[in-house]
Amino acid sequence: MDFFVQLLVNGLSVGFLYGISAMGFVMIFKSSSVLNFAHGELLAIGAYIFLVLATEAHLPIYGAFILTMLACFSLGFIVEKLFLRPLIGEPLIFVIMLTVGLAAMFKGLILLIWGGNLHTFPDFLPEWLTLTWGGATVQPVYTLALVAGVTFLALFGLFFKFSSQGIYMRSVADNQRAALSLGVNVKNVFALSWAIAALVAGLSGIILGIINGVNVHDLSAIGLKVFPVVILGGLDSIGGAIVGGLIIGLLETLTGGYISPSLRDVVPYIVLVVILMLKPYGLFGQVEIERV
Amino acid sequence: MRKWIFHPCGNFHERYETQLNVYETDYGRFWTAVGIVLLFTAVPLVSSHYLLYVVNSIGIAAIAAIGLNILVGYTGQISLGHGAFFGVGAYGAAYLATRWGAPLLVSVPAAGLIAAIAGLVFGLPSSRLKGLYLTIATLAGQFIIEYVLIHWESVTRGTMGITLPTAGIFGLEIAGDRAFFYLIFTLLVAMLWFAVNLLRTRYGRAFIAIRDNDRAAEGMGIAIFPYKLLAFAISSFYAGVAGAVWAYYTISITAEPFNLGLSVEYIAMVIIGGMGNMSGAVFGAVFITGLNEILRWGTDLMMNMGFVTQMGLNMAPLREFVFGLAIVLFILFEPRGLAEVWRIVRSSFRLWPFSY
Repeated sequence: MDFFVQLLVNGLSVGFLYGISAMGFVMIFKSSSVLNFAHGELLAIGAYIFLVLATEAHLPIYGAFILTMLACFSLGFIVEKLFLRPLIGEPLIFVIMLTVGLAAMFKGLILLIWGGNLHTFPDFLPEWLTLTWGGATVQPVYTLALVAGVTFLALFGLFFKFSSQGIYMRSVADNQRAALSLGVNVKNVFALSWAIAALVAGLSGIILGIINGVNVHDLSAIGLKVFPVVILGGLDSIGGAIVGGLIIGLLETLTGGYISPSLRDVVPYIVLVVILMLKPYGLFGQVEIERV
Repeated sequence: MRKWIFHPCGNFHERYETQLNVYETDYGRFWTAVGIVLLFTAVPLVSSHYLLYVVNSIGIAAIAAIGLNILVGYTGQISLGHGAFFGVGAYGAAYLATRWGAPLLVSVPAAGLIAAIAGLVFGLPSSRLKGLYLTIATLAGQFIIEYVLIHWESVTRGTMGITLPTAGIFGLEIAGDRAFFYLIFTLLVAMLWFAVNLLRTRYGRAFIAIRDNDRAAEGMGIAIFPYKLLAFAISSFYAGVAGAVWAYYTISITAEPFNLGLSVEYIAMVIIGGMGNMSGAVFGAVFITGLNEILRWGTDLMMNMGFVTQMGLNMAPLREFVFGLAIVLFILFEPRGLAEVWRIVRSSFRLWPFSY
């Protein structure tokens, strides 16, 4: 029983991290229906920027954190400006292929600069983030993750529902040409959504880096594991990403614990195929209805 | 005797049938014939051992890339599992050859069929959906197949790998680079011929209609989902055949090379060569395999110079970076790929020296 509870807790915490990592991905999908295969690399870039600022430049932690967020925001902006803007109005297949190329490019670049070794952050989280809840204690990182997750969930929900930018984003995702002809500034929408997604990805990268250490192979693997998570939750649902993450995380740790550790990394993808078969739009995704 | 056409003064079609012609002029047909004859006579004679190995690798990659081009370039679906299906073909051939002693002529097509069936398993759930769900399903397929190849030990012998027997056709032993050259390129020409002609049939036209506008295609009575699935199965078949030949060629196989990186490599071939253009797949295969060899050669050279060794310059990340960069640059600047560059060069020479 103890073993089960431990697996449960592990699974939920791993899953919550998956959920947070998936939020940036959903952000991009929701605003441009692009499947971003470079998401894992965006996570990694955020983590590495923070690593450099915090350990090599010896900046104070909060300063390093704010600078990292700014850097990620601008990075998303630059990536959009350089690579995606020329493709506005082109078929989606080009954009998705482009993200496949970007993923390879970024990964190669990170490996060339920092190598494939595991780096760790200094221990910097303040003690007061440790929550004691009955007998159980929650590590400060997880408190941070929880706070970040809930905050972003609420912010995104409000953003997409009420702000005009959010509504523009949804219109662009639905039909880019129609949105263009109705006067939506698609360029701005793309730029903003990539910038925000890179920011969220950077933050999740830092959180993942605190827990597992920073390693580009692991982080880009998580970037791909986002796919089962969002398919399960529904591609365009940010809340669904969190729920999907929790379920995938649980399944992963339970399989790792009870069946076989080597199956652990494949289970999410088996789930993915099953979901596509049974409930293709996921738990909370919007079912596409087509009328001609 | 029909009229020979050598030099059209424009793109004229008098009947609808002529739009399906593979060659616009008999000039093109003539040079293709010359090219094939030269390929089979001159290339194996003048090439060194190493060059022949590179040429063979290009041939195998081109077979797989043609398959992916049918899916990506003509049907408008992305597969991120092409490398895994290549692996399925390799293991299929290895299993049939070692356990059942199947000859080459049986095991290679059978391996293609096995890969096609594996493709169907992953294509079936996703091709019911519109949009690019197939991409996600093939990503899952990539990881699941990789896992199965390593852990299904009774068939794949796990990390030990399988060593294949010498290949043979009708008692003729196929060993060494030159013999494989003939095998690979006969197969390549045959499969290229099949692919080009497939796209002139109703099936090929249905694929193209689905790529261009799936709603309109459906409205015209094309059953989208079976056709998408068919395109995916054909593409996996090509990957499987290429994998099978590759397995015979390298003799000993393990599951290691069939990773996501290989799949991205094939996608790079199709994009760089030119989506929706059969010669593009061949161009892409030449480009990527050539780039691979140049990078290997370059990193070897720098390793010998010594000072770079301290930097720990590694082949794999550099290769990944260059591939990614090539994909990105081609999509941004020449989305129709090298085939389009080749067409532009050719047509600018067509009226030379009297353009205008």
